[in-house]
Amino acid sequence: MRFDYTRSVGTTIGTFLTNLRDHKIIGARGSDGRVIVPPPEYDPITAEPLTDFVDVAETGTVESWTWVREPLPGQPFDRPFAWALIRLDGADTTLLHAVDVAAPEDMQTGLRVTARWAAKTEGSIRDIVCFEPGEKSGSPAEAGAAAEPVTMITTPVDLSYKHTASPQETVYLRGLAEGKLIGARTDDAGKVYFPPRGANPTDGRPTNDFIELPDRGTVTTFCIVNVPFLGQRIKPPYVAAYVLLDGADIPVLHLVLGCDASEVRMGMRVEAVWKPREEWGYGLENVDHFRPTGEPDADYETYKHHL
Amino acid sequence: MTDNATDIAVVGFAHAPHVPETFGTTNGVEMLVPCFQQLYDRLGITKSDIGFWCSGSSDYLAGRAFSFISAVDAIGAVPPINESHVEMDAAWALYEAWVKLRSGQAKTALVYGFGKSSASTLRQVLTLQLDPYLVAPLWPDALSIAGLQARAGLDAGRWTERDMAAVAAGASGDVDSLLDKPYVADPLRAHDVAPITDGAAAVVLAVGDRARELCERPAWITGMAHRVDTPVLGARDLTVSPSTSAAARAVTGGDTSGFDVAELHAPFSHQQLILTEAIGLRNGTAINPSGGALTANPMFAAGLERIGFAAEAIMAGTANRALAHATSGPALQQNLVTVLESETQ
Repeated sequence: MRFDYTRSVGTTIGTFLTNLRDHKIIGARGSDGRVIVPPPEYDPITAEPLTDFVDVAETGTVESWTWVREPLPGQPFDRPFAWALIRLDGADTTLLHAVDVAAPEDMQTGLRVTARWAAKTEGSIRDIVCFEPGEKSGSPAEAGAAAEPVTMITTPVDLSYKHTASPQETVYLRGLAEGKLIGARTDDAGKVYFPPRGANPTDGRPTNDFIELPDRGTVTTFCIVNVPFLGQRIKPPYVAAYVLLDGADIPVLHLVLGCDASEVRMGMRVEAVWKPREEWGYGLENVDHFRPTGEPDADYETYKHHL
Repeated sequence: MTDNATDIAVVGFAHAPHVPETFGTTNGVEMLVPCFQQLYDRLGITKSDIGFWCSGSSDYLAGRAFSFISAVDAIGAVPPINESHVEMDAAWALYEAWVKLRSGQAKTALVYGFGKSSASTLRQVLTLQLDPYLVAPLWPDALSIAGLQARAGLDAGRWTERDMAAVAAGASGDVDSLLDKPYVADPLRAHDVAPITDGAAAVVLAVGDRARELCERPAWITGMAHRVDTPVLGARDLTVSPSTSAAARAVTGGDTSGFDVAELHAPFSHQQLILTEAIGLRNGTAINPSGGALTANPMFAAGLERIGFAAEAIMAGTANRALAHATSGPALQQNLVTVLESETQ
């Protein structure tokens, strides 16, 4: 799962990030007199907006720490490092960040650390690469001239998952690899689902009575895609349609090609166009698209319950 | 109770096997169907006897959008059902259901939670619970956040590594051999950290006489409250849990005597120490007879299971008064405390 979260940061976080870009760290003074870093948007006690910004030092003291033996993608280092809660001089709360030392033996609570700035600061918490032991930073010189205030941040998210097919999906996917369309129902009184489901949504029971379906059916409804979007594989306009396979009780979403988009209609009879056999895998994309069969349209009565 | 609230009880609890990895989908359907079946059979009810459904789960854990919608397949939503969802541990779904019953909108509720932690890297996925502006972009993981909390307590003299190992070892365990084990996220060792568990759990609630019909010894909910601490980790004292204290005070009125059992949702050993103190549990209370989250931690169901196990002790007659705690979010950020009793007060 990979996507970029783009967020507007608001006034308070925006001010903090704009200052970070200039190699400055600020906090806000709360109603109890504490200097809170990073500055919260609202006072933790009174919930009033906090506007009394205070400069704090880029040097501080480790208040707690832990050691990362196996760094994860996205973390500040791809080698072991420490996370620490750091109380910057002038602050009353701690900031979470990485500390660059070689071994856990080099870490201790009370360690004095200083921010190491990125070569190019952009208005993100990652403008601070990490903290390093000592009172003085070996960072590059001060950031350049003032630019527009920071109003947005983008955070990439990249997570991987091992997705497992349910037992019913497994039968369906194996069928596809052999060129078969397999639906299923809970019992012979039940509706035929394509694909079969782990639990029948009408009664919660598994659909374990498998049925091979023909590769032709009826368009129940459709839309003409006119809008280009990222990752699009076909040039618009084209038709995405619900196709009710003969014998199934629920339509499946697929492409209808092989005719002008404006010719596609409810009730149109279509058949699968399979990719060459050597390209088949475990997926419905083995069917490249559906195309009109040329048969007369299906009577509305035959599919009106499956819209 | 002093207000005119309806009496509400837990009348059934079921959970899926606690396993490191299941064959099922991240929708939870394969784990939930047997739970529901078990509850229907035991209580002699069907789907149509349930007035309200509420679940807890997470799309980030499932790796897909609207994963709770697929889980609804396990219920069967034809004819339409009255259903809701929280993106938290299902203990909070139980709270929502409790409010629903208290406000007279239903007589029974079925609450469920599920999570397939094995599908991804749990400690990384849980980063997405953190502040997305200034913390999550660094990708600190859940194990590290807990390590920072554990260290803060050690440095403050609130507990020792031996105390932490003693929680993990239980009454008969060998603490010394645990202390010889290597760190996984200093000062946490493997035994200080809940195992990766796939699981699901379900609880049935019922009102007044309906509860008495369904269960010989209903576990009456005599108090339920939840509180939250600031999400800013650096702005709170991680060695204590004020939100747990506040929730516990709200439901016990400060009287923590007479609890036969307390089920605490502590995914890390030191958190059990924090919680025990925050609630003010006395010596006579058996803490986590189920084994707690350190033996099985099905995400988004483990907190609901604490309520389930506490209720089960009452339904089975081995306890008269029980306390259940659930947590959600990083470093005990949000906490819920429930008091269950064998008879209405």
